[in-house]
Formats: sequence, structure tokens, C-alpha cells
Amino acid sequence: MNAEFDRLDRAWYIDRIAKGLIFLCGISAIIFILSIFVFIFAQAFGFITEDLDVGEFLTDPTWRPTSESNPVYGTLALIAGTASVTGLAMLISVPISLGAAIYISEFATGRTKEVLKVVIEMLAAIPSVVWGFIGLTIMNPLIIQIFDVPMGLNVLNAGIILGLMAAPIMTTIAEDALKAVPDSYREAAEAMGATRWQIIRRVVLPSARNGLTAAVLLGVGRGFGETMAVLMASGHSVNLPTSPFDSVRALTATIAAELGETAHGSPHFGALFTIGVMLLLITFAINLTADLIIRGGWKQRGHN
Amino acid sequence: MVALPANKLEIRGLDVSYGQKRVLRDVDLDVPANQIFGIIGPANSGKTSFLRALNRMDEMTSGMQVSGQVLLDGADVRSWRNVYALRARIGVVFPLPVGLPMTIRQNVTFAPRMRGQKNKARLDELVERCLRRAALWEEVKDRLDSLGSMLSGGQQQRLTIARALSQEPDILLLDEFSIAVDPVTTMRIEDVLKELKQEMTIVLVTNLVQQARRLADRTAFFLNGECVEVGKTESLFHGDHRDPRTVDYVEGRFG
Ligand SMILES: Nc1ncnc2c1ncn2[C@@H]1O[C@H](COP(=O)(O)OP(=O)(O)OP(=O)(O)O)[C@@H](O)[C@H]1O
Ligand SMILES: [Mg+2]
Repeated sequence: MNAEFDRLDRAWYIDRIAKGLIFLCGISAIIFILSIFVFIFAQAFGFITEDLDVGEFLTDPTWRPTSESNPVYGTLALIAGTASVTGLAMLISVPISLGAAIYISEFATGRTKEVLKVVIEMLAAIPSVVWGFIGLTIMNPLIIQIFDVPMGLNVLNAGIILGLMAAPIMTTIAEDALKAVPDSYREAAEAMGATRWQIIRRVVLPSARNGLTAAVLLGVGRGFGETMAVLMASGHSVNLPTSPFDSVRALTATIAAELGETAHGSPHFGALFTIGVMLLLITFAINLTADLIIRGGWKQRGHN
Repeated sequence: MVALPANKLEIRGLDVSYGQKRVLRDVDLDVPANQIFGIIGPANSGKTSFLRALNRMDEMTSGMQVSGQVLLDGADVRSWRNVYALRARIGVVFPLPVGLPMTIRQNVTFAPRMRGQKNKARLDELVERCLRRAALWEEVKDRLDSLGSMLSGGQQQRLTIARALSQEPDILLLDEFSIAVDPVTTMRIEDVLKELKQEMTIVLVTNLVQQARRLADRTAFFLNGECVEVGKTESLFHGDHRDPRTVDYVEGRFG
């Protein structure tokens, strides 16, 4: 019996193989993430179980891991460094990015629109060390000159650089969110006599709320994880900042700068990896939230 | 002797084109006040384009150009400096119901809120009045704060009618409103329109010839961008001096 419906032909086998390969590719992303997490956590494990004093780690502003007699592993100043730089960056880049996204999606047409989108994608592709270089050689003297301060490598510098770095991706995602709002909404509002601005404020922005929030969150995640540019532009000195002109050190920059000089397996080494775990968890949480928000938005739209 | 009603709209030499393509040529017609004016014609005859020219929606459609005159109460709509105020006087109902992504109440109060009305009592009263006039009140009065998109298609279309009424327009433009609506609801909306014409002028584009026949006082027949015939609705269906194309269309021989 060799019925037509039992014969497995070439297409059938190719389909099977393609399916298997694609499944492997998909699953490998999960495997990578899991193994990275396991690896980092394993490196931090010794420190967490033996040397870690959670209270000190989170609330002590002293980061003195290299002291022979009395090492202190307080990350508060580093957390404050990362938070202040990221916060300032968001203050700068959220309005710019949303403005740019609104302009591209609602006002720009034809060539202008295409050119703008390409330029923004190019901005997103600038390597972070180049941004750090700009912070070091352009922003630094500029800040010294304008604000008459002795040092231009500080929260302000790093915040501006990071803001400019986060803006392109935020703009792109925000623009996608605005583009997803059906034109029929705009048309209906316009037919009721809504002005351009009323349409944007009362129809487009509320409908795109989820996507816009996700864009901002992903921008925050970007700022949080950025290392090189912050290392170069922030001054890299452990400090609880009280003004934008204070130098700070970021969590990421600390790892990058110190890991190479640390003895494998030492408490200092473990402490750096514990910072890594912390960063990983925070960015993971931010991205997950952004993702859930985007999904929530899709589901809601699906009801229409 | 019956006084002739004043014309609400007078269209003179109206041309519409998209880029190089002319889709409406030299349309001349009058729409008397407080009547239902029907427009029938097969697909692509330019009916929707005609409606868009009336409240200057061409200005938001890229490539759409309009020339000729649209006189509203004797004044060219193009002479209105504030196009938003013009559009507020002309309500529009689209073929597929476009519920804005908000609650039923917010949909109806969208335009008044946009114009600065904040008084809750007056907005509530407005919501009830508009929904009643659109024959939707009884069905939704207990769930005004749920999403408009949760309503059925026919209910959503009545919601857009209620919304169009929220600005007390002089003119109501309906573009094939019954495309996504069941026959029973269509009949209810038709009854609503018959009531509404006492207060406003209605332009009803429809691809259902019989709907124009049931509702319209006067009707125009559009074909390939040309207004072939315009007159009392009955004379379009029974007149002696009709254009042969009109006869073919209303008797269902093409389109
Ligand atoms: N935005 C646009 N850009 C370019 N051409 C358009 C546009 N809108 C309509 N047209 C063209 O104008 C012509 C008339 O279209 P219109 O929508 O006015 O016809 P209609 O009578 O409303 O048809 P239907 O009964 O299918 O709704 C069509 O050939 C159409 O392709
Ligand atoms: Mg149409």
C-alpha cells in the first residue's frame, strides 16, 4: 500500500528540517540568556554567601574594594551615579524623542520623512565609545566654559551624552507606536473639526500610550546598561552627587574599569559580579515590563 | 402655495481630482434645507469624494484638489478662515463605524470637550440627548463608561451618529452608513434620519438604490465622476425624461 497521502516527498522533508532548525535558533536565544545568567550568578555566588552584607552593599556610599585592611563594598554611590546620569538622560531624551517621533509620524511627509528616519537610524548605530569621545573632547571644555566649573566630566556631561544615545532608539520605537494608530481615528477626529494638535493630544497619544511607555522604558534600559560612554564622560569618581556638576561613577563603568585588575575568585571579583547580577535583574525587569506593556497594547487593539 | 425651501448647499462647477486623475467633473446641484438629499451611483463614481469636498476634508488628503464652489448658506466654504468651526457645523458618518478608542461617553463628548465644555451636568445631558436621537440610549445607558469598541457593529455606527450630532451640526453627511449594519438596525437608523431632517440637512450617499428611494426628498445619480441626473427622488425612479443611464442603474441593469 503506497497511497498518495502516505508518500513523503522532498518538500515534506525540507519543511521538517527547516522547522527543526528554526526551532533550534529560537530556543538558543533562551539558552544563551539562561547560561549568561547562570554564569554571572555562579561567579557572584561565593561573595554573596560569604562576604556579602546586604545592608552595607546597598546603603554604604563607600566603595573601597582594594583596601588591604578594611575593604568596604558599598554600592550606594554607584547606584546614585547610575541613577542620576540615567535620570538626567531621560529628562533630556524623552521630550526630544517623543517630539521627534510625533514630527516624523504626524507632520513630516515624503522625502523629509525618509531622510529623517535614515538619519535617526544612523545615529543609533554610532558606537558608544565615539559618544564617550565626544563627551571627553567636546562636551568637557564646553561645560567648563559655559558654567565656569573646574571639571566638565560629570553628571551633566554623561547625562547629555547618554540622552543623545538613547534618543534614536526611543524615537524609532515611539514612531512605530504612533504609526500603529489607525488613520481612520485621525480622520474621524479631523472631520469633527479637531485641529492637528487636538488630534495628536486627544486621539493619537492616548491610543499609542502603551507603545510610548515601552519606548521610554527601553530608553531607560539602554541608559542603565550603557558603560563606555558613561565611563568616559562621568568623571568616574565615587561620589554621592549633589549637583549636576559632580563627577560620579556608574555601576557598569565600575565593572568595566576594575574587573581586569581583580584577582579571579577574590571578594572584590565576587562583588563586581554581584553588581552584574543586580544590573542584569534590573534591566531584565525593565525590558520585561516594556514587553508586557507592548503586548497588553496589542491585546487591547485586538478587541477592536 | 408652498414656499420653496431655501438651499442649504449650492454646488457650482465642482471638480475633484487626485493628482492627475479627475474623479468628479463640473457638478452643479442644490441641496435644500431640512431635506434628505440622496446620492446614488456605482463604485468609483465619486460619491465619497463629493462628500469630502463639502467640509474641506480635501485639505487633509494628500493629492486631493478641489475647484469650483461649495456655498453653505450662500457663502463659499473656502472663505471660512476657521476650517475647524466649519467642520463642527457639518457632522460626518463614515461607511465603517470609527469608534474612537475611548468609552461610549467619551466618544459622544469628544467634540464638546475639545471645544472646552467641562460642565459635567451639561455633558451628561448631551450624552443622553445624542444617544437617544441616534436610537442607542436604551441599549447602552447602563454601560456608558465601557469601551465603545465593545459594541456591535450596528451599535457602533449609531454611536458615530450620536457623536456626529454632539456638535448640533446644520448638516449631516452620511457615507454608505449601512454597509456594516444589519437590516433591522438600518431601518431604525432610517427612522432616526427622518426625524433628524426637521432640524438639519442630510446628505445621504448610499449604494442601496431603494434606501435613497425610501428616504431622500431629492436624489442625484453619479456615474464615473459625472452628476448624470439630479431631481426629486420619485422623478429619478419614474420620470419620463430620464437619462437612459439613470434608468439602467435604478432598475438594476448595471453597477
Ligand atoms: N485618497 C485618494 N487618492 C487617490 N485616488 C482616490 C482617493 N480617494 C478616491 N480616489 C479615487 O477617486 C475615484 C472616486 O472615488 P470615490 O471614493 O469618491 O468613489 P465612490 O463613489 O465613493 O465609490 P464607492 O461606492 O466604492 O465608495 C476612484 O477612482 C478612486 O480610486
Ligand atoms: Mg465611497
